[in-house]
Amino acid sequence: MTQSVDLGLPTRLVDVTIDGETVRVPEGATVLDACEAAGLDIPTLCYGDTLTPKNACRVCVVEVEGSRTLVPSCSRQAAEGMVVHTDSERARHSRKLVLELLGSSVDLSTTPRADEWMADYGADPDRFGPRAEPVQAGARDVLHTGHHGEPDGATAATVEQPPKVDNDLYVRDYGKCILCYKCVDACGEQWQNSFAIGVAGRGFDATISTEFAAPLTDSACVYCGNCVEVCPTGALSFKTEFDLREAGEWDESRQTETTTICAFCGVGCNVSLHVQDNEIVKVTSPHDNPVTHGNLCIKGRFGLTHVQVARKERRGREPRED
Amino acid sequence: MVLWGSNARDTHPIFFHHVLKAVNSGARMFAVDPRRTSSAKWADRWLGIDVGTDIPLANAVAREIIHAGLANRAFIERATSGYAEFAEAVEPWTLEVAEQVTGVPAELIRELAHAYATAERAQLCWTLGITEHHNATDNVRALINLSLLTGHVGRYGSGLNPLRGQNNVQGGGDMGAIPNRMPGFQDILDADVRAKFEAVYGREIQPRHGKHLTQMLEAMDEGELTCAYIIGENPVQSEADAAHTVKRLSELDHLVVQDIFRTATAELADVVLPATAAWSESEGTVTNSERRVQRVRKALEPPEGARDDIEIICEIARRMGHESWTYASSEEIWDEVRSLAPIFAGMSYKRLEDLHGIQWPCFSEDTLEPPYLHGRLWAEDPADRGAPAPFAALEHRPPVDLLDDDYPLRLTTGRRLDSYNTGVQSGGFSSPLRKGEAVDLSPEDVARLGLNPGERVAVISRRGRVVAPVRVDQALRPGLAFMTMHFPDEVDTNQLTIEATDPISGTAEYKATAIRIERLNGEDAVATEAERPINTEAR
Repeated sequence: MTQSVDLGLPTRLVDVTIDGETVRVPEGATVLDACEAAGLDIPTLCYGDTLTPKNACRVCVVEVEGSRTLVPSCSRQAAEGMVVHTDSERARHSRKLVLELLGSSVDLSTTPRADEWMADYGADPDRFGPRAEPVQAGARDVLHTGHHGEPDGATAATVEQPPKVDNDLYVRDYGKCILCYKCVDACGEQWQNSFAIGVAGRGFDATISTEFAAPLTDSACVYCGNCVEVCPTGALSFKTEFDLREAGEWDESRQTETTTICAFCGVGCNVSLHVQDNEIVKVTSPHDNPVTHGNLCIKGRFGLTHVQVARKERRGREPRED
Repeated sequence: MVLWGSNARDTHPIFFHHVLKAVNSGARMFAVDPRRTSSAKWADRWLGIDVGTDIPLANAVAREIIHAGLANRAFIERATSGYAEFAEAVEPWTLEVAEQVTGVPAELIRELAHAYATAERAQLCWTLGITEHHNATDNVRALINLSLLTGHVGRYGSGLNPLRGQNNVQGGGDMGAIPNRMPGFQDILDADVRAKFEAVYGREIQPRHGKHLTQMLEAMDEGELTCAYIIGENPVQSEADAAHTVKRLSELDHLVVQDIFRTATAELADVVLPATAAWSESEGTVTNSERRVQRVRKALEPPEGARDDIEIICEIARRMGHESWTYASSEEIWDEVRSLAPIFAGMSYKRLEDLHGIQWPCFSEDTLEPPYLHGRLWAEDPADRGAPAPFAALEHRPPVDLLDDDYPLRLTTGRRLDSYNTGVQSGGFSSPLRKGEAVDLSPEDVARLGLNPGERVAVISRRGRVVAPVRVDQALRPGLAFMTMHFPDEVDTNQLTIEATDPISGTAEYKATAIRIERLNGEDAVATEAERPINTEAR
């Protein structure tokens, strides 16, 4: 009666040549994995180590010999004998254009390493002209697919808009959104299965939205913050981080990150406490942890501040009475 | 996958991620719960059971498995005992009888029996819906019976999974904070075990069981227990029949409370010892529900005057004359535990770090055991197989707090997604989901009683009375009400609950209180904005 469990065959190894160097990776690994094994640093934005590759941003493209088009390294499987060029003129040119298009239309000011990549690839996001003024709050939520205004040609169109601050836990600043879909996947069937958000609209008018663009407080959101965990640009952020940035007090050089265990139920989720001035300013979870895979619930993500209520009160920021 | 008396979607959300992964890959899921919970909405079948009829349901499932010829005869013969008496005990529980007693349609009971028995692998998970009853231990044994009957135990992917409700409740037991075991679940009645600990501790260890919490509270009544030292617990608000608990603690000669907050219990104390938060202001280990021992680390400097639990306990010991109670670090204490408790022997701090925690048992530093227990039951060699696992012949004993014309509604309690126990920890953040405490009622009962959603009403049991706003919950069937104990300062639900406890575990029957609802007059009945009903469907 005892059934054996399929644990998979022992993995074969494949040899891949990357920029002239041969690396050996397990079958099923991606080209990006192979690049990392070769010690190379490929930029990524929409890639998420806990998510299925979405191939949305194209910033990780590389040249593979025999392939007509550039390939996204985050999703293409490494194959025996594959010859990859990560730094060819064609790959660099493509990455540069991706960075310029994103940089001209989206606020990348909180995207880690964006400035560094811009410099590395010589990207000039300003070459499309000065940025258009941000639209009014909510204006992008009511656009109708296919009904565009005529571009004026003098300014570069952007997705910039005021941040959505509709609850005390996290902020949605869609002027920083590159539409990578990671938050939608984390909220949907890949992890949380709450399906509170989706992609609404088409083309440049597309936005990440709750149903009928309702405020989060009227949506199916359960405030797990698993979308915040995977957001690559800071479009989604803790309210504490948002407020500290607004006040010019956010300072990662003064922060520590310590992983401990959540104080609530018995699941034993690993929580990484980001602490600035002895105050928890953000909570993440290690993506390689077998319990959480980087996910938390509302209590683990936002509910651990009970240890600092007193500190908050001292600073005159009393928590809202409920 | 069977979730029995567990609303893991709300109470163990990240465990439920793992369940969802299985469900999305085609696993069948059954939810047994009086409420159609957010977990039940993910199930293939919801068995809406009447509160306190778990044993009849389990017995009927067992009888159906036996009569359908789906029992695992080979496993029963080789690895279990007491089958004949068990089979006899379940014989009266036909599907039809069980339907009458439990409220679950016969066809659904049959379907659960067949799905569970024929599954290649099956998990039976439960939470407090099983254990917060006066016959909690019997309820658990009823579920164990099902796993023994089908052989769904001791194999990869098959097993019994009680989901622990608190981050280190397992670890407390691991460390011997239970009346009958030394650290590592070693029997305190075993002279060899005692001798091993005595050699290190340098003193004699009592050759008898201690008292569990409920027995301690009872011993206070009898004047046998006159002094209490309570660490990190708020019994004034968490124990059933709160008024009784307050009386008992107030009459003690001396009460010491060690906590990170000045809780309602601390208000009664002679001495309050401010402690650091064990999970973020000090170092150590905790054990989760899957027996995974993990490191907790210090991330914050504690408030002025708060001291580490270890430091406080050692300091008290030294004042009592035990000068040897000095430890350089939590790791030194952990290494002492490892030297005395074989199931932790292989868990060095380094290894816990490298392996993201380790599930016990872990006997040596170069081995890991399978992630499931009881694999011995499948061993070929009878010597390896060891003592057979006993079936239990169980009788139905309904909840102690009976329903009658004066108290016609069944109140059950539980936890909401964004809150936790008495709210001491979860009250500190501004949750958009939180709408204050209410008494949740079925749409049918709200209509029948002529109530308006949001109206404040009196909820009355044989022990107490509280006032709470009415909320309509589609998840409830007629006759069933639901409340939590998250906001005891607003609505002290434990004024209502009954202190009928399980004789073995000492757990009170929080899940089954008989109540009635009375309307209030005038302004008392007007709900405040904070009490307006929420759309539970979306949650």
